[in-house]
Amino acid sequence: MDTFIQQIVNGLTLGCVYAVVALGYTMVYGIVQLINFAHGEVVMIGAMVAFSVISAMAGSGLPPVLIVAIGILIAIPVCTIIGYGIERAAYRPLRNAPRLSPLITAIGVSIVLQHVALLIWSRNNIPFPQIIEVVPIHLGSGPDSATITNVQVVIIVLSVAMMAGLLLLVHKTRIGIAMRATSQNPHIAGLMGIDINNVISFTFVIGAALGAIAGVMVGTYYGIAHYQMGFLLGLKAFSAAVLGGIGNLGGAMLGGVLMGLIEALGAGYIGDFTNVCTLDQLLPGFSGMCTENPNASLFGSNYKDVYAFIVLIMVLVFRPSGLLGERVSDRA
Amino acid sequence: MKKSHKLGLAVIAALSLAACGKKEEAKPALKVEAEPSVTVKIAHAGPMTGNIAHLGKDDDNGVRLAIDQINAKKIKIDGKVLMIEMMSEDDQADPKIGTTIAQKIVDAKAVAVIGHLNSGVTIPASEIYNKAGIPVISGSATNPTLTERGLKTVFRTVGRDDQQGPAIAAYIANELKAKKVALIDDKTAYGEGLANEVEKTLKADKVNVVTRERTTDKETDFKAILTKIKAKNPDVIFHGGMDATGGPMLKQARELGIKAVFAFGDGACTDEMGKLAGAAAEGLVCSQAGLPREAASKEFAEAFKAKYGEIKQYAPYFYDGTLAMVEAMKKANSVDPVKFTPEVFNVSFTGATGKVEFDAKGDRKDAEMTIFILKDGKVVPIAIVKNGVSSKFEMPAVAPAAPAPAAPAQPAEAPKK
Repeated sequence: MDTFIQQIVNGLTLGCVYAVVALGYTMVYGIVQLINFAHGEVVMIGAMVAFSVISAMAGSGLPPVLIVAIGILIAIPVCTIIGYGIERAAYRPLRNAPRLSPLITAIGVSIVLQHVALLIWSRNNIPFPQIIEVVPIHLGSGPDSATITNVQVVIIVLSVAMMAGLLLLVHKTRIGIAMRATSQNPHIAGLMGIDINNVISFTFVIGAALGAIAGVMVGTYYGIAHYQMGFLLGLKAFSAAVLGGIGNLGGAMLGGVLMGLIEALGAGYIGDFTNVCTLDQLLPGFSGMCTENPNASLFGSNYKDVYAFIVLIMVLVFRPSGLLGERVSDRA
Repeated sequence: MKKSHKLGLAVIAALSLAACGKKEEAKPALKVEAEPSVTVKIAHAGPMTGNIAHLGKDDDNGVRLAIDQINAKKIKIDGKVLMIEMMSEDDQADPKIGTTIAQKIVDAKAVAVIGHLNSGVTIPASEIYNKAGIPVISGSATNPTLTERGLKTVFRTVGRDDQQGPAIAAYIANELKAKKVALIDDKTAYGEGLANEVEKTLKADKVNVVTRERTTDKETDFKAILTKIKAKNPDVIFHGGMDATGGPMLKQARELGIKAVFAFGDGACTDEMGKLAGAAAEGLVCSQAGLPREAASKEFAEAFKAKYGEIKQYAPYFYDGTLAMVEAMKKANSVDPVKFTPEVFNVSFTGATGKVEFDAKGDRKDAEMTIFILKDGKVVPIAIVKNGVSSKFEMPAVAPAAPAPAAPAQPAEAPKK
């Protein structure tokens, strides 16, 4: 039971990060029907900038929490400028082009950003300075019970706060109404006096800001940043957004958390379910493998990236609009 | 005006043609010197970028030191002074890039390759070198398959995993007295191979292997696997992989409250573990497929430290690999790879890591394994295993007594003037 709780804790932390990044993808898709492949790279740049800031300040004697907070505060404007810049330079000119062109451009921007990061921060794995002391908090009685670390708690709380803040923004403010209107039907929204370009830029900026914070969280959680970390993270977050229903904010959050949980539980338990000796009891043909190596499994934990994607495919086959339903504009 | 225009254009064209014509090809150039000399290229290939770049750079420095020393000695091969030009290539620890680099080295007509670092890269690359007839010697690739394919051009100055695996497994079983051991490998040729060897020996010693998990060499999140292992409550967790995965794994294990002792192979037996895992790294046990850097000859250690700082790990082995090639050239009295490669089997000299000799497969004869423990952020040797017999390691304050008869002897032959 403790193991199960521990896997849930790990999965939840991971899932919250995916959810925050997925929000960036889903908002942009909801408004301009564009998969912003460069969003993963914006997250990566947030992590790298925060790393540079934290390394520079690590010896200065300020409390570690403050140093990380300053890192976040500097990463946010850098990422928002990049997000805004991408929108103006790469996506706005293609607003009325056939859907394929901005898609290819997005991939191109993603590659450019990766290599800019490579040039600035080099190809090596970059270790974050370990300034925050990681304190495991036991969730149950006894020393073997599940633990949650202070860093994990902060990540979960911060992610929930950001998601709540975004929902408030979208549903209770004027700019939020403008965003929802633009995502329903951009042309009519323009006729109603909404500045479409501003709203779209604002969406990119908000997404980039969230991405920056997510990047700093990932960097401090794993302690490592790498110029290619944005790629797989972005892919999984986008899949999470699709899982929950693209264009749908609640869907992105649900999808993200689900992806994280599936990944953690899959890596933890599929190995046991497909253990050759367990399979031997159900299906013929495994007895040889069982005697030779009772620890082997057909699908072990090294397939952990695969499980989430398999779930995505299953969901899309049976419910193409995602779990909570799509919300994209009426193009008809 | 037009005439001077034409003249100007002609001058510019002539200058650019002259500049184009000046391409430097490294050919056995006749230098303006008193003695005739022959210049050959020796290549070092290893991961100069990526998450184990620190180890690749260390090896590069070892080779460079050897080449600088040899060039300074002005050794004569076949009446000509030997001048070595070093080629340094980056294989990014990736087998696909390693084979591309191998082809590049072959096309550049290098006569020997000192490299690569990873077994998984050296094995495919050595096929290309073998076809071109160039010898390759690795100072760190420990997977047995490397020398088991019957190729006559592949050598290594380091031991093999079928010696290293049993050494660390015996230490786990006998010294750490583990009853339950969990294994995690990184699914590379090296990591998986080493973990297989350890598992075999542990099972033969009747130790309970509770689980065998797998990950990848680029993974950073091990919490799922570690949580699973935590439930099985092992005494020791062995990881077959490099420090880039071992460090985060150890750190995350301590965060999860896992108390087991961690054991690693030579890939994670570096001071980098202290940097990556912080305080969690204290007390980890690891093995290396050769003598520790503390037992490296004093001359080498001092020369290396003066130029490049601390030895990271494999630099002495790559240094000895370079020397082995030059020794073979001297024996064959030729810089032609076809002629001196067979002589590598016959070399015998005392290098930075002790007596260097090769057996018929290209492996190092009498390789000794070392067991380390990490104390205060640095790996410190505690035992030497030779031919299955373990003995406590004595720090060479007394000149390297048991491990290497290297103290008085020079790493290379006396210079011929």
